[in-house]
Amino acid sequence: MARMKFLCDADRCIECNACVTACKNEHDVPWGINRRRVVTLNDGKPGERSISMACMHCTDAPCAAVCPVNCFYTTADAVVLHSKDLCIGCGYCFYACPFGAPQYPRVGNFGSRGKMDKCTYCAGGPEADSSEAEYIKYGRNRLAEGKLPLCAEMCSTKALLAGDGDIIAKIYKERVTQRGYGSGAWGWKTAYRETVAL
Amino acid sequence: MRSGFHMVRTLLAALAIMTVVGAGVGLAQTGQDPRPPAGGQPSGSNPTAQAVKEDQLLGALRGGDNISGRNTFPDPKAAILQQPQGRDYRGFREGWLPWIGGIAVLGMLVALAVFYFSRGRIALEPSDESGVKIQRFNAFERFTHWMTATCFIVLALSGLNYIFGKRLLMPLIGPDAFAWLSQWAKYAHNFLSWPFMLGVLFMIVVWIKDNIPDRYDAAWLRAGGGFLRGGAHPDAARFNAGQKLIFWSVALGGIALSITGIIMLFPFSYANINGMQWAQYIHAVVGVILIAIMIAHIYIGSLGMEGAYDAMGSGEVDLAWARRHHRAWVEEQQAKTASGRQIGGGPATAPAE
Repeated sequence: MARMKFLCDADRCIECNACVTACKNEHDVPWGINRRRVVTLNDGKPGERSISMACMHCTDAPCAAVCPVNCFYTTADAVVLHSKDLCIGCGYCFYACPFGAPQYPRVGNFGSRGKMDKCTYCAGGPEADSSEAEYIKYGRNRLAEGKLPLCAEMCSTKALLAGDGDIIAKIYKERVTQRGYGSGAWGWKTAYRETVAL
Repeated sequence: MRSGFHMVRTLLAALAIMTVVGAGVGLAQTGQDPRPPAGGQPSGSNPTAQAVKEDQLLGALRGGDNISGRNTFPDPKAAILQQPQGRDYRGFREGWLPWIGGIAVLGMLVALAVFYFSRGRIALEPSDESGVKIQRFNAFERFTHWMTATCFIVLALSGLNYIFGKRLLMPLIGPDAFAWLSQWAKYAHNFLSWPFMLGVLFMIVVWIKDNIPDRYDAAWLRAGGGFLRGGAHPDAARFNAGQKLIFWSVALGGIALSITGIIMLFPFSYANINGMQWAQYIHAVVGVILIAIMIAHIYIGSLGMEGAYDAMGSGEVDLAWARRHHRAWVEEQQAKTASGRQIGGGPATAPAE
């Protein structure tokens, strides 16, 4: 089985936010939740770079470790998913996540939060693949249809790569060799404890 | 023909202007700017020379900082790209906290068990004042105590569930039942925090005046409260030094729990993510320590000492018990009512003929 990863080539990202919009549309993500976001560093200064960030589906994921009800599980493709039936909305995964991926639909009511929502790598949840129940809770299950996450598939500059970690690392390395520069595989060291040697 | 001539003249004029401006720009360039470096781009700037790199950003972080930029959402927390403090949070919650909590709670239970089996229950020592009652806590004091106490027990159990539930309870009842229970435990924790905070506030108001350290405390502590050696009872006013320690643990611990709890009850209202992580650290550590202290308090107020429970039960204690444990207080109460109704009344205070 593949080890699925995301890689954002910051030298290609043009901050169009299409990945954000595509994700919201594909999964019918509720108001106020953005499973993917684009952050611009050094905005307006020389060396400005934009990075599209979502759940990185970490190796030994911190969210799963701190969850008091163990609602997280890792699929055979190394995608980190969770069960909204078990989630109690405590917010611990948000404290532990280095990337700010977990989000909650409610803000009021003494921090009741509601069930956590995060990027599923377009792989749904514990319900039956491509079922109505799965769609309502987690969005579309593209992986079950043999497709990759939509954010990466429709990226206009192919800055955002998704797929098997070794393959996307190879693509990125080739790019860097060819063009002569690269600002690195953002978040990889934190998420996977390895990086793409350039 | 006329328009053709006009066009040529315009073109010539434009050419002349371009030449002049171009020469000027050329001069300015040679004056200010050295030639682009060999191998560089024609424009002279390397598009990646100043590009931000993750390693530099992570390396430059000082404690408490995170990597953040700008983002188009109307949500400041979305602008944080990475917060490495999440790793510390995980280390605390999964590494330190279960040990701190386990040692505090189990350590206290073991210590109390050792005390109970070696020293036994502290018995009521009868005297000629036995059977006479003196009021120790009025109805409001008892209401405050029990409101805070019931809330605290639910808060403590649901709080411990956050740490130990998945390790101890979940394997027994299964993930679905455990998640259902934990959901209700969370609601209970969030909503019973309010009467608990009110109770802590009331307790501070009604009991602070009796918990200021006084001249009896040092002697009481030196004598170990009379717990270890039977017989010798150090003097105490309304509250002895041990009870004062309980009071101040509840007052200060309760305030710390309330402040950090409110920070977490209203996410992002008073603190950002790193502030909320700190609120959790303080809340969890103070919480487990206070639970350990309260276990000792519950023990001594019920099983550990005969006659002590009545103070919070009926509100009236045996005068023999009161004089033995709080002699200064009994004398003060009797002096207060000397001109009026005598506490206890009855045969003990009847004038001797």
